[in-house]
This record gives sequence, structure tokens and C-alpha cells, in this order.
Amino acid sequence: MDNILSVRDLRVDIPLAGGTLHAVRGLNFDLARGETLCIVGESGSGKSLTSLAIMGLLPKMAQRHSKKLEFAGIDLSVAKNRQMRSLRGDRISMIFQEPMTSLNPAYTIGDQLTEALLLHRKVGRKAATARAIELLEKVGITAAASRLGQYPHQLSGGLRQRVMIAMALMAEPDLIIADEPTTALDVTIQAQILRLLVDLQREMNMAMILITHDLGVVARVADKVAIMYAGEVVESGRSKDVFTAPQHPYTRGLLRCIPVPGKTKPGEHLGSIPGIVPSLIGKTQGCAFRGRCDVAVDACAHDIPERAGAEGHLYRCVHDNSQMPPKASGGFNTASQSEGRP
Amino acid sequence: MIYTLKRLGLAVLVALAVSMLSFALLHLSGDPASAIAGESATDADIAAIRAFYGFDRPLIVQYADWLFSALRGDFGESYYFQLPVAQLIGDRLSITMTLGICGISFAILTAVPLGVAAAVRPNSMIDRMALFISVMGQAMPSFWFGLVLVVIFSIKFRLLPPSGTESWKNFIMPTVVLGYYAMPAIMRLTRAGMLDVLSADYVRTARAKGASEMRVMFKHALRNAIIPVVSLSAVQMGFMLGGSIVVESIFALHGAGYLAWESIGRNDLPTVQALILIFALFYIVFTFLSDLLNAWLDPRMRVG
Ligand SMILES: Nc1ncnc2c1ncn2[C@@H]1O[C@H](COP(=O)(O)OP(=O)(O)OP(=O)(O)O)[C@@H](O)[C@H]1O
Ligand SMILES: [Mg+2]
Repeated sequence: MDNILSVRDLRVDIPLAGGTLHAVRGLNFDLARGETLCIVGESGSGKSLTSLAIMGLLPKMAQRHSKKLEFAGIDLSVAKNRQMRSLRGDRISMIFQEPMTSLNPAYTIGDQLTEALLLHRKVGRKAATARAIELLEKVGITAAASRLGQYPHQLSGGLRQRVMIAMALMAEPDLIIADEPTTALDVTIQAQILRLLVDLQREMNMAMILITHDLGVVARVADKVAIMYAGEVVESGRSKDVFTAPQHPYTRGLLRCIPVPGKTKPGEHLGSIPGIVPSLIGKTQGCAFRGRCDVAVDACAHDIPERAGAEGHLYRCVHDNSQMPPKASGGFNTASQSEGRP
Repeated sequence: MIYTLKRLGLAVLVALAVSMLSFALLHLSGDPASAIAGESATDADIAAIRAFYGFDRPLIVQYADWLFSALRGDFGESYYFQLPVAQLIGDRLSITMTLGICGISFAILTAVPLGVAAAVRPNSMIDRMALFISVMGQAMPSFWFGLVLVVIFSIKFRLLPPSGTESWKNFIMPTVVLGYYAMPAIMRLTRAGMLDVLSADYVRTARAKGASEMRVMFKHALRNAIIPVVSLSAVQMGFMLGGSIVVESIFALHGAGYLAWESIGRNDLPTVQALILIFALFYIVFTFLSDLLNAWLDPRMRVG
């Protein structure tokens, strides 16, 4: 399959008063049309900056470097502003984490939806409005036509996020980046919104990068997974490989942290990874996870080899899988169970 | 619609309150009859004047009488000029209005672009320049700035007339002086508002849609940042009408501000009363209009 997005050695540096923050450090991944890549990692691991780097929307002071950043044959690393603008909202769309503040309070839903199409296509207002209604209906908003005249403050968070999804889809993009699209929503509607997003992605055959904290979600929707830790992808590969045979101690730790229906008893203590993420300011060497890793050895402070498993399953660890102590393989069992969830 | 009616009702109430205050002024400042009669008047003279002007009637009757006359545009007769106040004020008010509108337009048209430019590139040359201009504007007294302009443009280069109201050229320097006085506050509020709004999530959304920087700035950001600026401008405009006395006297524009100043000195109470009422009404009208404009700009305000 042809890759729609190809990323090699993507880095994002932010110069700060105390030194340079290496927020994203050497990301690699490929994404084909129709595929879903889930990026998982705890807060501050660089997930949002990664998506903004692809969109060309990094904060002004952040610097982006890459060996390759190619979207549909277009080299984004050298693309001019004008070209990025014509891609954004047309062929690459993004859905943000904060539905409450991501819509402009001064304009109607209709204005904001049609703008996404009018900026890129030579269509009339009428056609754009028709498209907006069609998409609002697609994202499950009833009385769509009457919603067009409403303002964001008249809608609930869940509705706003549906509007954001509709807006991202107005021009039928090839790639959609959803940065924790449900985190800010009520738990009761998180699943609905996610389901909607995934269904639409399949229907329109888009590639999707879904950023999430929720491994349960990943297990259900991802084709590929990238586990990020402190600006690095510590493990990546096909979803089923990563879930059934996690290699990196951090991935195993994460998998131990998710509850499994039928197995985890109510009130039972879930696994958690003690310790904190190291500072990424200045030069960092070795494995960033070693301070929290229970199988760390001296070699972890030096350069870490990237090891390859089957089918593009990659991980960065001094240990080979065979040398992993049995203790860490608890996550292994949990994972295979969690994947079997409905 | 409900919002508009509410605002309108409020405006009318405030106007009524102001009319009472300005009416009360006449009576709070001492016995109006003896003020008119002067120092050397006898008690009989004063009693006659009191009867002539109707000061012997109950206050509430006097107020109602005055208010209804005022509503018809009849503000009584000036004690000093012995002319109807309405006639006296008419021309002068148009001078003051012209000056006020030109002044606020000048202020907005310079302050808003400068504020936006400063916010787009904080700490750049243009930001520093904007800061410098605004500090100058606040530090320089109007009369001094006015005189400097007169010296340069009237005396040295003979480009603009130093005083009078004959042509539009007479209004250039007064407009600049008056506008420059209001500009710094508007500029800084625009800059602060833009800085705030430019980091908003919806601005990022607009960029993610592929909107150009111009569109992001003016359609998505400025519309939200300008809301407090509208209210401030209305207040400034109110100040300008009443507070243009300094500018009017430098450039010998005999406007309403100047008339008010003179009339206070002359104890010409009907004129002062009428001017206060009119200035206050303008103020109320501007505030009302700015509320409407803000409601148009920001739909969240429309709930009232
Ligand atoms: N504008 C910025 N200035 C300075 N540091 C920043 C900026 N944006 C992000 N960072 C830093 O970069 C790192 C990565 O941030 P990023 O937003 O990508 O994290 P994330 O993985 O998306 O986290 P979360 O799950 O909380 O959204 C963090 O340490 C953050 O503090
Ligand atoms: Mg984030």
C-alpha cells in the first residue's frame, strides 16, 4: 500500500530560558490511506507537538527538523506557507482536544463549517451550506439545518465536538489528525464520539492519527500503535503485535494500568508506574525511562539500539525480549485479554 | 430584540435620572432668582424675577414644565444673551459634534491598526514604536501639543489656519490634538485584546482550516478583540464632546464645550443646564449604540 504520510526522524525543539527543550526526538512512522495510527503516551510526551508539527502549526518559537516529512508525495519539510495553507483543512484536517474553546464564539456554526469548504473549493455558498447540513447529519446532529444559525455557546461540549468533526471533514481530507478528541467530554459520550469518528474514517477511507491516553480505545481501533515516552517513540508496530507481545518495559507497564472487564475486580488496585518523566531540557542520553524502569541496567544510560520484531514491530531497549524477567510480562496477559474486549 | 429593548429601557431611565440631576443643579446652586437679579437687587426685584421665571411654583411642577419644554427643544432663555438657549446651542453643537466625530475617528483609525500590528509582533520595532507613540500621547498635555502644531503648521509653514471655523482645514489640527488624546488607551486595549485572542484555540482552529494570516487576524481574531474597544471608544467619545474645551479654546472653535465653560462663569444656568443634559444624552446614546454594536459582534451578549 502506498503511504500517504511518511515521517523520518522528526524532531521538535523549543528554545527556553534554561536551555533547549527537545520535546519530540526522532519520530519515525508511515501511514497508508485508510489506516489508523494511535499515538499513546502520558501527558507531556510530545503528542500534540507531533501533530502540530505535521500540520505546520507549531508555536512560533518551536523549531521543526526532519529527514523526511512527506504527505501524498509532497515534501512538507520544505513546503511554503501558502502550500501548507492549501493543504490544511483540505487534505489534512485536525480535531483538537478542547471543543469548548475551539470554535469561534462570534460566528455561527454555519459560517464556520462552510468556511472550511469555501477556503478550498470554488463552490457557492448554497452548495457549501448543503454540504454543511449533510455533514452535521452524518455526525449525528438532529435538525441540522436549524443548527447552522446557532452560535457555539448555544451548544453542549459533545455537540461542539461533533461540529468540529464535521468541520474537519468538510473538504473530505486524506488525513485526519485527532488530538485527544474526547478527553474533555463527559465519559458517557466519549465512546459515542469516538465510534462516530472511526466510522466516518472507515466510510471516507481516510488515514487517521488518533492521539489518546486510552489504551482500551487503541486496542479497538488502531491498525498501528506508537507508544511515546518523553518525546520518543519507545515502541511501535501493528496494534495486535504491540498488544500481544509488548517488548518495551514502558509499554508493559502501561498495559498493566488498564482495567480488564471480568478480570479486574472492583476496587482492586490497578498497576501504575511510579516515578516522573525526566526533564527534556538540554542534552539527553540513553533511555529516558530508565529512572522508572524496574529492569534498568547500567547500559541504559548509553545509546539504545532499536530492535526489530516481526512486521515492522520496533522498540528501543537494551534488553532483548528473551532476557525480560517474568515479572514484567504481567502486562502481556492483561494485554491479550484487553484486546479481546468487544 | 429583547436585548435591544432592555438596553433602550435602561438608556431612557438613565436619561430621566440625568435630566433630574441637571434640573436640580439650578436649585442646588442657590436661589436662582437672586443669581439672575445680581448683587445690588432689592428684595422686591428678586420677588418679581422669581414670579416672572416661575421659581415660586412647586419644584415638581417646575421640573415637569422644564422637561416637557426641553423635549420640544425649548430650553428657555439664556440669562446672559437674552436669546433662546436652543438657538444659542444649535451652531455650536454642530462644531463640537464635528470635532468629536473627527477626533474619535482619527483615534480609532490610528489606534486599531497600530494595536493590531503591535500584537502580531510583540517586542518588535513596531510594537516599541506603538508604545512610544502612546506614552507620548498620554504625557503631552493637549494645550501644549496644540500650540506646538500651531507653531509648526500655521506659523512656520503656513499650511493650516491657526483658528476659526471657516473651512475643513480649520478642523485638521484640533482633530489631531483631540484624537491623539484618546488614542493611547484605545491602542493599548486593542493590543492587549489581540494578544489574548491570538493565543485562543479558535484562532488555531482557523489556521487548521487553512485560513490565511490576514483572514485569521481580521475575521477571526480582531472581531473578538475589538469588543472592549467599542465600549471604550463610546466612553472616549463622550469625554471628547464635553472635554473638548481646551482644544476649542486653543483653536478658537466656538463650540459647545467652550460655551459651557463660559456659561458656568457667567452663572447662565439655563444654558449650563441644557448643555449638561445634551452632553449626557449624547453619552447615553453612544453607550447604547456601543452596546448594540457589541451585541452584534458578540452573540453571547445578546441574552441581555
Ligand atoms: N509553547 C510551548 N512552550 C514551551 N513548551 C512547550 C510548548 N508547547 C509544549 N511544550 C512542552 O513540550 C512538551 C510536549 O508537549 P505536548 O503538548 O506535545 O504534550 P502532549 O503529549 O500532547 O501532552 P498532553 O497529553 O497533556 O496533551 C511538554 O513538556 C510541554 O511542556
Ligand atoms: Mg496534547
